[in-house]
Amino acid sequence: MDADMIKLVMTGVTIAVGGAMPALAIGMITGKAMEAIGRNPEAAGDVRTSMILGVAFAEAIAIYALVTALIIKFV
Amino acid sequence: MPHISLAAETLWHIGPLPITNSLIATWTVMVFLTLFSFLASKRLSLIPTSNLSQIAEMILDGLQGFFSSILGHNTKKIFPLAASLFLFIIVANWEGLLPGFGTVGIFRQEAVHTVASTTEVTHTQQAESVIVPHTDPDIHSEVVQETSDEHGITQQQAESVPEQSHAAPTTENGHGSGVKFIPLLRGATADLNMTFALAIVAVLAMQYFGFQTLGIRYSKRFINVSNPIMAFIGILEIISDLSKIISFAFRLFGNIFAGEVLLTIMAFLMPFIAPTPFLFLELFVGFIQAVVFSTLTSVFINVAVAHEE
Repeated sequence: MDADMIKLVMTGVTIAVGGAMPALAIGMITGKAMEAIGRNPEAAGDVRTSMILGVAFAEAIAIYALVTALIIKFV
Repeated sequence: MPHISLAAETLWHIGPLPITNSLIATWTVMVFLTLFSFLASKRLSLIPTSNLSQIAEMILDGLQGFFSSILGHNTKKIFPLAASLFLFIIVANWEGLLPGFGTVGIFRQEAVHTVASTTEVTHTQQAESVIVPHTDPDIHSEVVQETSDEHGITQQQAESVPEQSHAAPTTENGHGSGVKFIPLLRGATADLNMTFALAIVAVLAMQYFGFQTLGIRYSKRFINVSNPIMAFIGILEIISDLSKIISFAFRLFGNIFAGEVLLTIMAFLMPFIAPTPFLFLELFVGFIQAVVFSTLTSVFINVAVAHEE
């Protein structure tokens, strides 16, 4: 179990776990946004803008995981 | 294995400053935006006459409609910054998808690295023995035995140098052997320095607009000695503002760089039809990241200038 094998394994684990949780978060955010639009179609524009903001925050976490995985692999 | 580098590669130096390939791409973005604005505003009139000024008016009208729904009564103050960020980021993101970015480059002979740790020397030797089949196994085993004692480090380095110079110049994971491919152009926002600069501009703009609107009362957001809970919240606000810089920088850099890596790998695996949907994805991602960056900036500035009543 030398350093290279650990690096290889951890690259995969980092992006797998770091991509699964934000995917769940984005699904939940978008689901709630759709419920809100269904209940109040007039506010669809506002809900959509807030949803995009929330999804951007959640996706940023996935991007941190991706950049960390790339750093582990290539640096 | 295609060439993927996390950091932007330096092409040459002007004094102490390195000129990287993403810096050249940033210059092209600046030239494009300046030329576009100059040509579109040549003869300003209430009803636009030339095609270019009509396009510019369309773009600005759409942007103003979008941002005024977020900013409300602060639109006049914040719209220039937000729209400039949006235009710069979207042009920089989309420009990185043009043919020639990351593909046209030069080959440069890299100097041989002297490695510092024993484990790295061992790894290099093993890599050499895998890739270069004509390495003499006697020399290889002799060097490996010397890794166990500390004294032989300088001897190993002296021996590793002729080993690496014998290796084929196309060694892929060689530690500094042979030639390296350096692309001449690279997406401007695919460089962490660029996105860090944009993030610092955005967060400093928050503080600037806060002080400009609220005066010295804006510092009450961070330093609040009325009760211990508010003092703790003030410290949290400072940390949250610092983390906004990092979050802005890494969100934009991560999305664009990951897109570049994805396109490189897809073009490497199947160059003909497969990269097309990924190019569409990258167009979409570039647009969304520009929207997100400018929208988040405007939302945070809105929060900063809001009078707490």
